[in-house]
Amino acid sequence: MISLADFLIVAAILFGIGLAGIIINRKNIIVLLMSIELMLLAVNTNFIAFSYFLGNNIGQVFVFFILTVAAAEAAIGLAIMVVLFRKSGTIEVDKLDLLKG
Amino acid sequence: MTAIQIIFYIFSSAAILSALLVVASNNPVRGALSLVLTFFAMSGIWLLLHAEFLALILVLVYVGAVMTLFLFVVMMLRVNVVSLREGFVRYLPFAALLALMIIGLMIIVVGPKQFGLTSMPVPIAEAADYNNLADLGRVLYTHYAYPFEIAAVLLLTAIVAAISLTHRKPYRRKTQDISKQIAVKRGDRVKLIPMPSAKKINLTGKPSGAGQP
Repeated sequence: MISLADFLIVAAILFGIGLAGIIINRKNIIVLLMSIELMLLAVNTNFIAFSYFLGNNIGQVFVFFILTVAAAEAAIGLAIMVVLFRKSGTIEVDKLDLLKG
Repeated sequence: MTAIQIIFYIFSSAAILSALLVVASNNPVRGALSLVLTFFAMSGIWLLLHAEFLALILVLVYVGAVMTLFLFVVMMLRVNVVSLREGFVRYLPFAALLALMIIGLMIIVVGPKQFGLTSMPVPIAEAADYNNLADLGRVLYTHYAYPFEIAAVLLLTAIVAAISLTHRKPYRRKTQDISKQIAVKRGDRVKLIPMPSAKKINLTGKPSGAGQP
């Protein structure tokens, strides 16, 4: 059978890939948001794996709320990105220096 | 190797490969589609963990709504792909090193030594009439009723925020303005121009007004 450690290791690898994506793609906000989604997916997998192996379904309820918050975050993040693109014509992180004092 | 193990390895390798494609693809559309594949593979793994409701929610909400939103935004923005790849090679060794260190650290912490089959045995199978959806709903609507409503309000806030951020005034649209139509005066519509009465046209080139034959 598959042990809990196998699920946790898959989640850890996904989390590491998402982290690397945030570091590599300093230019593209879209890929940045997608990397954040990857990391959230890894965390959710951890919750569900522990929930199954401990026989406690509170972890699944928590994943439900995380999915809600992540959907709201993606919607607002993309809306802000669209507004930024209208104002400045670019989505490169380096060129977004409107708030530079 | 049992069938469940084979399924697990297929799903997890698909998830990891497509996650690598998300990070490394130079086309955001391809990256979004790879992320869809990652979500599908992970929902298969969640099914192996007996979280049927959340696995279906992952496919419906994430693949059906969030990734569609991503694809719409990616396709509507005019993105310069070449300039987006600047710095990729420069940050690659650092990012790979950091990711490997983080992954190694986490594998040491959650590895088979701590959470192997001996310390965390597989739970006994549920009864045949076990219903994950009813099980989850019983907790969600009793103990977690207030957080559930707060989550609903949060989604409403997200809707309002996203619409108010991206909404634009009507642009080049032909609509009726009724108060303007009622308040119009005669002078706004009708303009009387004093015109001199018509003169005779002289075709012969002689000075006119000398009398007609």
